[in-house]
Amino acid sequence: MEKLLISPSPHIRSGASTQKIMRDVLIALAPAEIVSVLVYGWSELMLLAVGVAACVFFEWAITKWMLKKPSTVADLSAAVTGLLLVMNLPSSTPWWIAVIGALFAIGVAKMSFGGLGQNLFNPAIAARVFLLISFPQQMTDWTATPGFIHATDAISGATLLGVYAEGGMDALVAAGYPDNHRLFFDIGGSAGEISAGLLLLGFIYLLCRKVVKPWIPLSIIGSVALISGIFHLCNPAVYTGPAFNIMTGGLLLGAFFMATDYVTSPMSVWGGVIYGIGIGLIVMMIRYFGSYPEGMSFAILIMNCAVPLLNRAFHARKYGRA
Amino acid sequence: MTGTILWTILILSGLGLVLAVVLFFIAKKFKVEEDPRIDEIEKTLPGANCGGCGFAGCRAFASSAVAAPDLEKHFCPVGGNAVMQQVAAILGFELQEKAPQVAVLRCNGSCEARPRVNVYDGLASCRVKASLYAGDTLCAYGCLGCGDCEAACAFGALKINPDTLLPEIDEEKCTACGACVKACPRTLLELRNKGPRGMREFVACRNRDKGPVAKKACANACIGCGMCFRTCTHGAIVFENNVSYIDFSKCKLCRECEAMCPTGAIHGVGFPKPLDKDAVKERIRKRKEAANA
Amino acid sequence: MRKITFPIGGVHPHDSKFAAERPIEVLPLPAVVYVSMAQHLGAPAKPIVAVGDSVKTGQVIAEPGGFISAFVHAPASGTVKSIAPRKDLAGNSVMHIEIAVEGDEWMDGIDLSDTLVTAIPDDPAAIIEKVKACGVVGLGGATFPTHVKLAPPPGKKAECLILNGTECEPYLTSDYRIMLERPKEILIGAALMQKALGGCRCVVGIEENKPEAVKVMRAAIAELSLADIEVAVLRKKYPQGGEKQLIAAVMRREVRSGALPIDAGAVVQNVGTSLAVYEAVQKNKPLITNVLTVTGAMLPAEKQHNYLYRIGTPLSFIIEQAGGVPEGAAKLVSGGPMMGKAIANVDATTVKGSSSVLYLDAPSTVRKEASACIRCGRCADACPMGLEPFLLNRLCKAGDLEALEANAVQDCIECGCCIYSCPANIPLLDRFRIAKGQVIGAIRARAAAQKQ
Repeated sequence: MEKLLISPSPHIRSGASTQKIMRDVLIALAPAEIVSVLVYGWSELMLLAVGVAACVFFEWAITKWMLKKPSTVADLSAAVTGLLLVMNLPSSTPWWIAVIGALFAIGVAKMSFGGLGQNLFNPAIAARVFLLISFPQQMTDWTATPGFIHATDAISGATLLGVYAEGGMDALVAAGYPDNHRLFFDIGGSAGEISAGLLLLGFIYLLCRKVVKPWIPLSIIGSVALISGIFHLCNPAVYTGPAFNIMTGGLLLGAFFMATDYVTSPMSVWGGVIYGIGIGLIVMMIRYFGSYPEGMSFAILIMNCAVPLLNRAFHARKYGRA
Repeated sequence: MTGTILWTILILSGLGLVLAVVLFFIAKKFKVEEDPRIDEIEKTLPGANCGGCGFAGCRAFASSAVAAPDLEKHFCPVGGNAVMQQVAAILGFELQEKAPQVAVLRCNGSCEARPRVNVYDGLASCRVKASLYAGDTLCAYGCLGCGDCEAACAFGALKINPDTLLPEIDEEKCTACGACVKACPRTLLELRNKGPRGMREFVACRNRDKGPVAKKACANACIGCGMCFRTCTHGAIVFENNVSYIDFSKCKLCRECEAMCPTGAIHGVGFPKPLDKDAVKERIRKRKEAANA
Repeated sequence: MRKITFPIGGVHPHDSKFAAERPIEVLPLPAVVYVSMAQHLGAPAKPIVAVGDSVKTGQVIAEPGGFISAFVHAPASGTVKSIAPRKDLAGNSVMHIEIAVEGDEWMDGIDLSDTLVTAIPDDPAAIIEKVKACGVVGLGGATFPTHVKLAPPPGKKAECLILNGTECEPYLTSDYRIMLERPKEILIGAALMQKALGGCRCVVGIEENKPEAVKVMRAAIAELSLADIEVAVLRKKYPQGGEKQLIAAVMRREVRSGALPIDAGAVVQNVGTSLAVYEAVQKNKPLITNVLTVTGAMLPAEKQHNYLYRIGTPLSFIIEQAGGVPEGAAKLVSGGPMMGKAIANVDATTVKGSSSVLYLDAPSTVRKEASACIRCGRCADACPMGLEPFLLNRLCKAGDLEALEANAVQDCIECGCCIYSCPANIPLLDRFRIAKGQVIGAIRARAAAQKQ
């Protein structure tokens, strides 16, 4: 008889793995990304390839050459960071900017903190903000590149949020708000902003696979709806309403996929709710009163700082203790 | 323009001066009175903060030593007698010199001598392994090879040999702080006197099973035959529970026990010449003859 | 069917009840039995026979070694060959009494007939005395001496006796089989225990994956006209059979941290223990037999067994009788796959708590390489005690005993749900067991110092 295996109990496992979880996230993001590749064409495809490949390469290089440890790319977390980063960039972004973004996301925001599980800030968002500040021109150039399907001609179409930030409600109404389909299919945004419907589909997939819990996205969307609802009711001529704010910009992408990132979000239910409310609040403040058109990235980064405190303050209920 | 610069320099310098004076008075007013000898002693200490002395770091040792009536409970194993002489001088005490010690592994169940009979698949920690079962060999007392001792050593003096799966002690680096002794769940590591010119004898086994059971588990085991006990003329052998132990305070390094041991469980370390077993056995035989005559 | 369950945590392993339809077979007697002196929680028993003595089946061969201890009886008749240390299934030396089996001559006074004895004695003390004299211990795995549990300390009253028929561990089927085959004996045992506890209600908890057992037990309650006993159907969730989880599900109460179930008015006993109580009190039969499941996913249906074995039968004999270790078995487990002990020494003997020989193949059981914690929180979702294993893991690595105590590592019931659910394969429970020991030691030392 072969030598018996001995270990402490338990002797069976559920079969869950980090790789499977990351794979589910990739699958959930795929529909939205595929549609943007179809709409934005070669530029988006190249960006996707370069972004993901760069993230994976940098993680492999850092673990193997700098840290001299076995490479961790097989767990697919670098690929997820790459995809999320690409979905935040305009399709006309030059490929080398994506590479710099990948280096920042993996090297600075993730590996320098200690690798997977140790980072304080969401790497994709941190990289996006870094690129926004370093390359403002390219990062706000929303020229819709020619796609594989004829959806629109190459127009220098600013996102609706951009239009609102520049010219206020009047400009927005001139662009066709509130009754154009751009709410569900907003051409002119980044890949992640194109289709609210597909993002929702991906989110439902993740809910069914038990990868994410609903309370963080619900509290973000809820607080955004509440705040914008109140402001819009008070002054509809100046402030945009809940439907607009939920559907535009990176709100859904951020709420469904970035704010729910395991590492950078609170562990408890109450912590998550407060985190979500905080994000909603900050996003609306930036959109209404700040100088940037889009506040989701900043909101998430700021609330990431609060997460360790939220984890200390809120714990799960323990059996047998009041 | 120059006026601005001049005024800037004057104001900032003035501010700096005023603040410096304020800080000076505050430092004087809120100064914590401490026995100056604590700082002096701390300077002489190695600064490893290893806890080998039993105190929480070198400063804690110094503070406690200053308040103590004598150096009874204060000995820094890392610094040894050299450092303790200095500490004694500062405090005006007599120093009782302690013999330098070193960590010794009381197991020689290498992979060759002690076959593995199962495969351990849990967390690679000796403490976890020991609390789970007897181990991956038939010896329930021997080294488990996961390296808790290596991890506990602050001086890098222990390393698990990948061929024998036993830790090896680097005598140069070992400071006899005792961290490895506490880390080993089977108390296989022991602090023993380094011995004159680094020579020492010890029984490299703690197997308390009966002879045949121990031998089946490990070829180098102490089988509790008692030969060493009967041979030793200095009363240095403690023999109980089927295993021998050499009391290092009584051992005279004659190596007779080592020669008589049938399994080679007794080790002699640091001797200049290899042990000539036949010569020693001859010597013992002659002595017994003379005693009987 | 109304289903209840515990409110915090839990996981859902596949129940793998491959041996469920196999009726109990009586295992033949081996040539030699080795009776362990450490078959129960508490002090080991002290032998009262000597080498060379002749013993009969059911004769007392060892007496309790302390307040929390139990009598041990000869499982077969024969001659005492040795009283010596022998290795248990973990390879540690434990005192055993070796008996060379000769025939099967039982002690006088033991009723071996199948007649159902339904009359309950009036005196609770007499019931407890019989339970003690017959060496009955908890057969749910913990082997706590039953006579101690049935005599609550003064000031504490049992309000509910919960019978654990959940058998929540995958693969195990011995409790299911005894509920199907001997329901009335189990229920009379429960009635005896209710009497011993001074009268209280009784709830038999059975998981929803055993509808046949629910039916049979309910029918038996009706036939016996037992008042105050009912069957509660519980959701299939591991660890539904955990003492604290059963109390939370059935009584809607929680046992305070550091307290015992009796403090919440609960006494929990396995259905197997209830059967042993019946046999002890009504038949004078000491605890010398138990039911053990031999199972594994790679065994075909006809090689799955539920054996009635004599306690002291070597594991190797049982394995041989069942057809040997199957091809592909990488690990043998005594008990369930979540909390059972891996068998290191196949020559070890069976003890009162032995409930199975489970064969696991390498893909099911080999541990994968641990990777970084991704803070997914599945461990915390799974923990039935509401602990946060991801936090406890960090604290264990840092050696911070104070923070570990503040985060309740001592409340850990070692169920294994955390390791089971971790996607990064982190050896969480391995660390917690060590930390638990250290924290409980520190708590006891503090309590002792305070007393002075």
